[in-house]
Amino acid sequence: MANEAEETVRKLSTHKGVAGVIIVNGEGIPIKTTLDNHVSVQYAGLMGSLIDKAKSVVRDLDPTNELTFLRIRSKRTEIMVAPDKDFILIVVQNPVD
Amino acid sequence: METYSYIMKRRDFGKQPMFCEQGPELCDTILPNPVEQKAFILRNPVHQATQNTPNFSLHEISTERAKYNTTGINHAEGGWPKDVNIHDPEATQRYRRKVEKEEEYINCVNACSPGMEHYALQNNAIDMYQIYYSDLASLPPVEKNSMRTVNVYRDPMGGRPISSICWQPEGQMRFAVSYVDMNYYRNPQGSIFGLLWDAETPAEPLMNFMPPSILLDLQFNPKDSTMLAGGLVTGQVVLFDIRRGSQAVSACPPHVAHRDMVRNVLFINSKSGLEFFSGGVDGACKWWDARNMSEPTEEMIIDIAKYTFDVPSMANAYGISTMEYEFTIPTRFMVGTDNGFVINANRKGKTQLEKLPIQYPAHTGTVRSLERNPYFLKNFLTVGDWRLHLWSEDCHDSPVLSMPPTRHKITCATWSPTKCSLLLCTGADGVISAWDLLRSQCKPVLTMYLGDDPPVKVRIHEQGSLVAVGTQKGSIFMLELSASMTASERNEKNLMLAILERETKREKILEARLREIRLKQRQAEEGSPRHSLGVDDPSAGDRDLAEATQDYFNVVKKELAAM
Repeated sequence: MANEAEETVRKLSTHKGVAGVIIVNGEGIPIKTTLDNHVSVQYAGLMGSLIDKAKSVVRDLDPTNELTFLRIRSKRTEIMVAPDKDFILIVVQNPVD
Repeated sequence: METYSYIMKRRDFGKQPMFCEQGPELCDTILPNPVEQKAFILRNPVHQATQNTPNFSLHEISTERAKYNTTGINHAEGGWPKDVNIHDPEATQRYRRKVEKEEEYINCVNACSPGMEHYALQNNAIDMYQIYYSDLASLPPVEKNSMRTVNVYRDPMGGRPISSICWQPEGQMRFAVSYVDMNYYRNPQGSIFGLLWDAETPAEPLMNFMPPSILLDLQFNPKDSTMLAGGLVTGQVVLFDIRRGSQAVSACPPHVAHRDMVRNVLFINSKSGLEFFSGGVDGACKWWDARNMSEPTEEMIIDIAKYTFDVPSMANAYGISTMEYEFTIPTRFMVGTDNGFVINANRKGKTQLEKLPIQYPAHTGTVRSLERNPYFLKNFLTVGDWRLHLWSEDCHDSPVLSMPPTRHKITCATWSPTKCSLLLCTGADGVISAWDLLRSQCKPVLTMYLGDDPPVKVRIHEQGSLVAVGTQKGSIFMLELSASMTASERNEKNLMLAILERETKREKILEARLREIRLKQRQAEEGSPRHSLGVDDPSAGDRDLAEATQDYFNVVKKELAAM
């Protein structure tokens, strides 16, 4: 089972354009990452609060609704965040132009 | 501070207090002072305010401020549990490995990654956020024509019909208006004053002009914006000077004046800039010099001559209803007559035939407006009974372009001085229509209903965007044209020229053909009594027609048979 998870993460990181994959736990510790430590820590810290805010926005607008995915598109990269109950999966991708 | 001490013995605690009656004790008496009393009087009545409401009291408290302080936390690493040493890489790895083995972690990864993969692949496939068509040139905006009334100038002396409007030259925003209100016997029914309006002040005119009798036409001198010439109902012409006041500066004596009313005056191109000519219902054109109004410098009778030895006579002259003069063609002018002809006249002709070489059969009634296109001097418009025609000087028999006849008579039309294909025309049903010959030749580009009051005169300002429309009841509407109707585009002139040339060519071809047919008919009549020669020519066309019809029916038959 753990191998499966490992495999999935590796496959994800080998897709075209993907710069890095980070999995952050509920306390903001990057558990699994393909990037450097300080970069991962930065992403983990910043994303955590953003995800909380986004979750509360969706919940406030419609209590039956919940956040499934968050995509932040910037000039150079796209940050895709999938929140889960306890963990956050972050993928940083460079869009192919 | 003084303290008051009250001593009570313990054994007296709880004892019932015994009260005793004590009478009032006089402390002090202050007698009234009569001297002071004299300074006061009894007040009667006394105003005493009472208010029967519950009493409220207002009390303010200020609590102690809670002090806030904003500081940042430098939280470099996420919430590691206490027992793990952050700086020890092995310990952190061990912790991480432990979390990876947890079931929740595995579930999370399995749940989130398919979606994540989908989006990553999607990003690779297309660029979702691109802005489409950013590199295409922006289209020119859709042309929107519009006209709106910006001001109305009402006749302060009662609603007299307007007979002429003239903008002050050199781009000023002033215009002179002459009003005509007369009965059948040419007697004025209202005031005979003409007015000078400022376009910015519709409330009242700047000044008025006091002619000796009814003023039919008032025109500014294009070279000198303070001088105006006017034509009177008595046949005289008068001069006004704005600086000299309302009275006419000079008038021509009645014995040299026209024999009937003067309908038009126009300034001509002369060295002194002070010469003008006038035309009237009597059929004569007289040229005047403003410095010497005692007699005209030249006269011409508008009597069409058929042969070179014809002597012009006033008895056969056509009454002039409108005149046209173009500054760049100094010796020629055009005259529209009461019986519908437009005559091209040459001042420098030696004989009557040379003086009035060409006439165009324009309308079945009075020619109301005659104006050359300021960009294409060979073409002019005429307005008469229900129709608006466009002519070219070369085609003498029929107009080059003709607008469809309207239900109501057309009272006035004018070209736009800035846009070469635009002309405005007013109809007696109260509608002003703008025709743009490049956009559509069968219907106006824009029509605007001004009111029941039929417009009788329209004049566009030099700069092309303001239009003064004078009506039957003496009101002048100032319209503003939208920018698309004021400015000419780059290739409009060429396109317009092409249109006019094409139409002129068509007319010329038709004219030539007609001439040929007429010639052949005449030859046939002169040559032999047989009619066959005459019949041949028209039948040539018929033969083509017959062939074409035959072909058509053959094709139709074939199609029907195939069905």
